[in-house]
Amino acid sequence: MIALRAFATFAGLVVLWQIAVAAFALPPYMLPSPLRVAGTLWERADILWENARYTAIEIVIGLVLGVAFGASCALTLMASRLARRWLLPVLLASQAVPTFAIAPLLVLWFGYGLASKIVMTVIVIFFSVASAFYDGLRRTDPAWLDLAQTMNARPWRTLWFLRVPAALPALGTGIRVAAVFAPIGAVIGEWVGASRGLGYLMLQANARMQVDVLFAALLVLAVFAVALYALVDAGLRRAISWDADRLPPEH
Amino acid sequence: MSASIPSASAQRATAAPPSPEILVRAASLSFGGDVLFDGLDARFAGARCTCLLGPSGVGKSSLLRLIAGLIAPGAGGEVAAGDGRPIAGRAAWMSQSDSLMPWLSARGNVAVGARLRGDGMRAALARADELLARVGLKGREADRPAALSGGMRQRVSLARTLFEDRPFVLMDEPFSSLDAITRLQLQEEAARLLQGRTVVLVTHDPLEALRIGHRVLVMAGRPAILSAPIDPPGDPPRDPADPRVLALQGELLHRLTQAKAAA
Repeated sequence: MIALRAFATFAGLVVLWQIAVAAFALPPYMLPSPLRVAGTLWERADILWENARYTAIEIVIGLVLGVAFGASCALTLMASRLARRWLLPVLLASQAVPTFAIAPLLVLWFGYGLASKIVMTVIVIFFSVASAFYDGLRRTDPAWLDLAQTMNARPWRTLWFLRVPAALPALGTGIRVAAVFAPIGAVIGEWVGASRGLGYLMLQANARMQVDVLFAALLVLAVFAVALYALVDAGLRRAISWDADRLPPEH
Repeated sequence: MSASIPSASAQRATAAPPSPEILVRAASLSFGGDVLFDGLDARFAGARCTCLLGPSGVGKSSLLRLIAGLIAPGAGGEVAAGDGRPIAGRAAWMSQSDSLMPWLSARGNVAVGARLRGDGMRAALARADELLARVGLKGREADRPAALSGGMRQRVSLARTLFEDRPFVLMDEPFSSLDAITRLQLQEEAARLLQGRTVVLVTHDPLEALRIGHRVLVMAGRPAILSAPIDPPGDPPRDPADPRVLALQGELLHRLTQAKAAA
């Protein structure tokens, strides 16, 4: 049902787009018509597919590592007062640095291949995971903590068996945000320096005034980003099914 | 307060020694300049259920938390058991909200103490199933709390309290969120299952106190003090239709109204 509605809206916009291009007689190097983009999508499918695969690998690996790194940060902050006092300010300050500004450095250090894009993706997403999870870890119901105290619980076990499961819905929120931003990280990485990938392809196409190729690449990226989010969301709902009742229905 | 004589029926089902009494001496507590109690003395008889009544905000729950060791008794104050050892670490806690963990099954919730202490889980889960059967939840062991009714959830909570198998049981309005019939049933089960332990139960319901308390105390005033004890006749759980219970309920309501007017 939701897919149908989304498709209807999308189709409506495409029709408007086609009408606008025809009505204002826009040249293809400014705004190609949807029909022309569809044609390019078909003709250049091999190039698009090869580059898309490359970008998809960067995004998925970056997402997995970014979530792992972000979650570890949150656990470290929760477990250690020392980390809270010395690491938290640095972590917050690190978010003031624009990621774009350090992208050239990452290419210098990690090369033109996969590694620099993965690191870029990790940097873009880890903070949303860390902050959401850390927040969840701190907000454990005090009644549960009282109960744990009267049960003579061990601190580490309270963290692992009480605070962590209680914070999983918050971690899920962080991972959903990360799934949205992961493609941005990978594409920024490719713009700054790459020899493959959709971002690289878009940059090349733009320079050669092949705006139809740029649009086709954009479309592939958008479809992949939406599919990734849907997959992550479905996976999280299944994994944290006990929280399903408390989540409002989405649509 | 007079010393109570432990009867045979008051002994815990297990072979453990009789649960000691709880002594609170010169306890003081204030919240932001508001003195809840100052030099409060109290004694809760061993292996008996003492019910604590009083107006809202008088400090009943705070007294319970103090006994549990969740807050300190203030300078010069002391909370001790009759056997001279501390109570903190030997008391089971049961609160108004069932505080069940939504990600655990009923069985996992009952045995959560073992999980948090790092005890062997195989034996713990088997014992959890036994306790669930004792509170009438046989067949629901694998259900998550969301699949259970309010009464069932509070039964799981009761089983979790029993699982801890502590000499002291501290209950903060454990049945107040339940409907009248479920509440009557659970009062009866709790009175039966907690026999032989030193129980302190905070409640708003005079009839509940008279049904399951060996002794009823009213807490009132600011700083709060405890009233002279009321010892209803007979052994709990008492019949709510017993005329003696009903007469005492009238008297208690009268006292509570006075306490509220004085507050």
